[in-house]
Amino acid sequence: MDKLLNDFSPGLFVVQTILLLLLIFLMVKFAWKPIMTSLTEREEGIQGALDAAEKAKLEMQNLQADNANLLKEARAERESMLKEARDLKNKMIEDAKTEAQTQANNMIAQAQSAIESEKKSAMAELKNHVAGLSIEIAEKVVGQELSNKDKQLQLVESMLNDAKLN
Amino acid sequence: MKVAKQTFKFYSLVLMLFVSAFAMAENTTDPVENTGGQVDTKEEVEAYILHHIQDSHDFSLFSYTSDTGERKHFGFPLPVILWSSNGLTTFMSSEFHHNDDGHVIVEKNGLKFAKIHSKIYELDGGAATVAFDETHHATNAHRVLDFSITKSVVGVLLIGLLMLIWFSGLARQYKKRQVPTGFGRVLEPLVLYVRDEISRPNIGEKHYRKFTGYLLTVFFFIWILNLLGLTPFGFNVTGQLAVTACLAIFTLIIYTVSGNKDYWMHILWMPGVPVLIRPVLAIIELAGALIIKPFSLLVRLFANISAGHIVVMSLIAIMFTLKKSLGVVGATSLSLVLSFFITLIEVLVAFLQAYIFTMLSALFIGMAVAEHDHEHDHDDHGHEIPDAEDVRGDFI
Repeated sequence: MDKLLNDFSPGLFVVQTILLLLLIFLMVKFAWKPIMTSLTEREEGIQGALDAAEKAKLEMQNLQADNANLLKEARAERESMLKEARDLKNKMIEDAKTEAQTQANNMIAQAQSAIESEKKSAMAELKNHVAGLSIEIAEKVVGQELSNKDKQLQLVESMLNDAKLN
Repeated sequence: MKVAKQTFKFYSLVLMLFVSAFAMAENTTDPVENTGGQVDTKEEVEAYILHHIQDSHDFSLFSYTSDTGERKHFGFPLPVILWSSNGLTTFMSSEFHHNDDGHVIVEKNGLKFAKIHSKIYELDGGAATVAFDETHHATNAHRVLDFSITKSVVGVLLIGLLMLIWFSGLARQYKKRQVPTGFGRVLEPLVLYVRDEISRPNIGEKHYRKFTGYLLTVFFFIWILNLLGLTPFGFNVTGQLAVTACLAIFTLIIYTVSGNKDYWMHILWMPGVPVLIRPVLAIIELAGALIIKPFSLLVRLFANISAGHIVVMSLIAIMFTLKKSLGVVGATSLSLVLSFFITLIEVLVAFLQAYIFTMLSALFIGMAVAEHDHEHDHDDHGHEIPDAEDVRGDFI
């Protein structure tokens, strides 16, 4: 301890104190302060850039989600529109079919009734004609009977032939 | 690249100047004494090591005894600046002719001075030579205040200048670019290391900026001087009690001045203990804060660095002391291997001591400026949940 105290040099202590004070002052002024400021600025810059990138990424994600939603909606809309159109088409075809059917049925019915009435009128005319012919034949038969037997037969024959032509 | 080249040129120029200065360094012959020439025995080795551990008034590189028996020294004389009883006295250390046992008397300013074991003594009035008692203490001379530019002061100046050049260069680089190039790229991570691993975690996010400048200065100052001590120039600046004491007292002043109300409250009137114990605790705490903390700082650094120097030199001295028992080759190789590995460890110690000094300084400052919030969070059972600050406090 005595030796240690003897080794302690008060002069060196004073000189060292002055030099250290000076060194701290100069280092803080010319080195540490500008270095620390620049380092902090740089770190803040990096942090800012990272934050901005993160924000951009989030925005991008939002945008993408929006896009996906839009796409999904559009697809659903298209789907529903297609379905509607398909339904409409089927309905129209169905309607057209039924309408055509009824129309055809109507036409067939009309035609049938027309045919029926034509047939009826034709039958009536035929009846009249047959009746007239029968009477005519009867008249001629009755008229010739008295004159000639053969002639009567011949007459009937010819009359019948005429009737066929009619 | 261009800047790096210029820097390199600049440093080579500085180196050249340095070397040529050494080349021109005094080549004095000293016929007065040639007893200290050879270092062979254990006693001589011990004396040599103890002499080296001390500060020196010369910057001597090496010395040898010529064929004619003259002792030749290569090195610088350094200015001696004394505050004697007749006021300021200055002369060059070469006037002592490398004498270190008080036989050469220098007369200046009407006073007589002698150098004994690297300390300069002023002879009391009328005495012509230094008289010694049995324990080799001077009886008719007293120490003077010695503000000389000693070897340690040269080391401090050199390292201070280097630090200024290096780090102001780094500071200038940031004006031009975001990421430094060249040597600055080596320095930047070190600065960041001190800031992020020593200053910020120990002092706390809120206050660390104010003290980082001091901590950075001290860290690089101690570290580079420790490393300089491992070079063959033989500096032992951080092994000088005066230097480590100065550093420790700076830390003491800083944490004493910046201590907040809580800090002084915990020292002088410890809350949470019985009132009768408080004064006793206050004495212990005061002794701890004002004496033990700085003392541990100064002794740790001084002892580690001095011990390192002593061990390295002792291992080198194996070469001479074990020459008889191991032979020249055996002793030399043993000495080389051992001193090589110890030097490697010393490189680690150089960093470690700088780190520990800075870390503890930061810790002490952190304790002084820590803000204890007394509204702690409480858990379900009403116990306090310790926050980070408390855990650190417990750890300290």
